[in-house]
Amino acid sequence: MSEPGEAPSLVDLVVERKNLLVSSVPHAMALGFTVVDAKPGETWLKVPFDPKLVGNPATGVIHGGVITTLLDNAAGVAVATALPELRSIATLDLRIDYMKPATPGLDVIGYVRCYKVTRHVAFVHGTAYHEDPNDPIATTAMTFMLGANRTLPSAAAALERK
Amino acid sequence: MSAADADPSQARPQRTTAEVRALLDAIPYCRFLGITVDDGPDGGIVSRMRFGPQIVGNAALPAIHGGAIGAFLETAAIVEVLRISPAGGALPKPVDLTIAYLRSGRTVDTFARTIVTKHGRRVVNVRVEAWQDDPARPIATAQGHFLVARDDA
Repeated sequence: MSEPGEAPSLVDLVVERKNLLVSSVPHAMALGFTVVDAKPGETWLKVPFDPKLVGNPATGVIHGGVITTLLDNAAGVAVATALPELRSIATLDLRIDYMKPATPGLDVIGYVRCYKVTRHVAFVHGTAYHEDPNDPIATTAMTFMLGANRTLPSAAAALERK
Repeated sequence: MSAADADPSQARPQRTTAEVRALLDAIPYCRFLGITVDDGPDGGIVSRMRFGPQIVGNAALPAIHGGAIGAFLETAAIVEVLRISPAGGALPKPVDLTIAYLRSGRTVDTFARTIVTKHGRRVVNVRVEAWQDDPARPIATAQGHFLVARDDA
C-alpha cells in the first residue's frame, strides 16, 4: 500500500476501492461483479450466481457469455494495473474454451494474469472456476490494444477523478 | 464424413424464426441482454441485441461491453444451430469461441448472422458476424465449435 504523502498507485486503489471500480462499468454492476483481489497485472473478479444469468433453462447452467464477460472485464482491470501509466484498453481478440458447465447456484471467480505488455499490445491468460483454479469451468487467452482511443478505461478514469 | 456433413447448404431449416424466438425468450440471460431474432432478407434468421443501458461497458465513449458482444455472438451461433436442428433436442453446448473485436459497439441495436461451416454428427463449426448500421462494417466476428445435442447426449 502507498506511503503517506505518496500518490496511491492504480493497483492500490483497485484493491482498496473495489466498489468504485465496479460501479464505473454499468454492465459489470448490472451483473453484480465484485473485485475479490488484485495485484499488479492480476485480478480476481467474482460474479454471484443469479437466476437472470441462466443460459439453459432446462439445466439452470449460466450462459457462457457470462463467463466471457467476467474474464474480459477482469482482464481490463489486470491490464490497467500492469501498465505504468493510465492508457485506454480495447479488447482485440478473446478465445474462450469451455471445460465444464458452471454448477447452478454457485458463484464464479474469474482469475486473469497479464503476462506480457509490449508498446501497443497486452497479452492475458485467464481461468474461471468455482473453488479450485485447477478444476476450471473455462480458460481464456486474450490480447488488448493499448492507446486505441482517447478515453481511459472507465475504471481508471473513475479512480483518477477521485 | 458424409456429403451432407460437409456441405452446409444441405442444412435445411427445421425450426421457424418464431419457434427459435420462443426458445430464446425462455432463456433468462438472453432476456437480460435484450436478444431476439427476426427473419433475414434471404429466408435466414438474424439475431438482434437491443441496446439498453445495462449492457454499457465504457460509459465515457460510450460503448457496449465486449463481454455482452461476446455473449451475443455465442447466442447468435446457438440461434442458427437451433434453426437447422430438429425440435426436441437440448441446446447446443459451446466448446470454444474465438472473438475478434473490430470496432467499438455503439449505443444502438446490434445484429448478427451465423454460417454453419461444418455440421458434424457431434460438433458444429460456426462463423458469426455482428454489425450495427452496415452489415459490410462488422463490429465483431467469431468462430467456434458447439457440441450438438443427440437424444442420448
